[in-house]
Amino acid sequence: MTSIRHFPATHPLPDWRNFGVMLRVLLGVNGLALLAALVQAGDIGKWLGSYLQMAAVVEPLLLVELGLLSLARNALWRLPLRLGQACVVGLAGVLAAALFLYARSLSLVEAGVAARAVLLAMATAGLLLAYFELRSRALSPAQAEARLAALNARIRPHFLFNSLNAVLSLIRARPQQAEAALESLSDLFRAAMRDPGELVSLADEIDLGRQYLELEKLRLGERLHVDWQLAGVPMDLPIPPLMLQPLLENAVYHGIEPSPEGGAVTVAIRQVGEELRIVISNPTAGQLPHAAGNQMALANIRERLALYYDLEARLETEAGDHRYDVRITLPCKRKTH
Amino acid sequence: MQAQNPLNILIVDDEPLARDRLRTLLSDLAVQLPSVVVGEAANGLQALDFLRDHPVDVVLADIRMPGMDGIELATHLGRLEKPPAVIFCTAYDNYAVQAFDLNAVDYLLKPVRAQRLLAALHKLPGPRPGSELLAGIGQEMRGGGRTHLSCHERGRLLLVPIGEVLYFKADLKYVTARTAEREYLLDEALTHLESEYADRFMRLHRAVLVAKTALAGFEKAAGDDAEAYGWALLRGVPEKLPVSRRQWAPAKALIKHS
Repeated sequence: MTSIRHFPATHPLPDWRNFGVMLRVLLGVNGLALLAALVQAGDIGKWLGSYLQMAAVVEPLLLVELGLLSLARNALWRLPLRLGQACVVGLAGVLAAALFLYARSLSLVEAGVAARAVLLAMATAGLLLAYFELRSRALSPAQAEARLAALNARIRPHFLFNSLNAVLSLIRARPQQAEAALESLSDLFRAAMRDPGELVSLADEIDLGRQYLELEKLRLGERLHVDWQLAGVPMDLPIPPLMLQPLLENAVYHGIEPSPEGGAVTVAIRQVGEELRIVISNPTAGQLPHAAGNQMALANIRERLALYYDLEARLETEAGDHRYDVRITLPCKRKTH
Repeated sequence: MQAQNPLNILIVDDEPLARDRLRTLLSDLAVQLPSVVVGEAANGLQALDFLRDHPVDVVLADIRMPGMDGIELATHLGRLEKPPAVIFCTAYDNYAVQAFDLNAVDYLLKPVRAQRLLAALHKLPGPRPGSELLAGIGQEMRGGGRTHLSCHERGRLLLVPIGEVLYFKADLKYVTARTAEREYLLDEALTHLESEYADRFMRLHRAVLVAKTALAGFEKAAGDDAEAYGWALLRGVPEKLPVSRRQWAPAKALIKHS
């Protein structure tokens, strides 16, 4: 089972293939270059020119280094941490040296410049590694797990007590249905109490959603219709647990319960290229979509997505006149180790 | 207790299984406390409809229901000449439960226990929640005012959906609500209505609240009218409403934005 210890944000040597990591490296290095240019320029008017001159050297170096690092990611992870970090710094130095030796061979620069460039490149790489190590410590497994546990979606007490009440009324008249309902309820609570750091398969998450909606149907009867649209979905894809259920709960609580006639909740899941797209849509039932409870559940899921996927997943909402949509986009990647 | 006559009970809950459960419990308790479930309703509107022709002793009302919730139902029932007792049931409503505890109003928590239900029925008639308490709980729970206003006409309770009201006008003693069809005399205070429906209505004049969506245009008053600085024109009805000097600019701004 994939555990939280392998998440990109929590390894001190970052996942160089992760979009968020690349973005941070690019921004970090260019920020340092801007600062260096300001020091070098001596006059604010020359700042931009100085930066552009520097960028001509820095950008190719940076891109080549990032490319090599993302190729060597798994090899680096297998090394002891300090050795891996030394390799990254060393690589920056070697690349800088290579570039300047090449420039030297064309007699474009003088001898002392190359050594300075190598030192600067290594210092920059060291600074960034220190940043990633600090960041991983801030998001250390223990802390991330604690945060996840706190964030992990809670099942609404309103739903629990209403369901128990419904089950109680079934016991005498329809005992078999009561049994099935209690089984679903216990599955739901088992899922809610599971270690939040573990990923579950998409199939399990969909099953849980179905069980949850069956319970709601017991209470709401004809008022609740559900339309599942699952075409060619990678059922074994690992995803964070309890992503779907809280959103379904929101859809029922805000979209179906406030309306005497009820309505339909649609769940559409499909794979588009390397992305998994989940859309949950419910009628608005004349309710304001920015009710406090709704926003809390959404903020909660957003933060969990950030912990699991960094910048590679997103959650968007769209409030139309008649329907309210929540869209989640996840990378369809499987852990390679 | 004069338990000779069975209690006539109306069960109000939007979930059919929750209504079944109360029915079962009441029949289990029949020996200790004879009762008859004379009707069931899925929300407050249906309950009020039923109560027009069927007097009952006790209403067992869920708090959260679509259409009209239990809190609002109790508000309207409070205006009847001989209001039935109301016992609230709720699965989980922190705010309402705290408010009831503070005001010694009895309520039942779902899943309801038979003994608890019996005790609540024995305690009747208990303290009736005041309209201010209900208004407070309602505001907190639904984040807005009542869905309907009620008024008496020839001994009957009439409901006016708030969405149909074009304006309220205060006279010496009463407040009238005007819909596209007719006028209703309400036993309400204009200031209460103004704060309850702040998002829906705006004050045009000392004695007038208008639905923001009903405003069609404005007319300057001719000469020096003491009564009004100008007049507001409405959609759907011919009459004009007075606008005070103070409300003139905000009212005109409103129509420009919509």
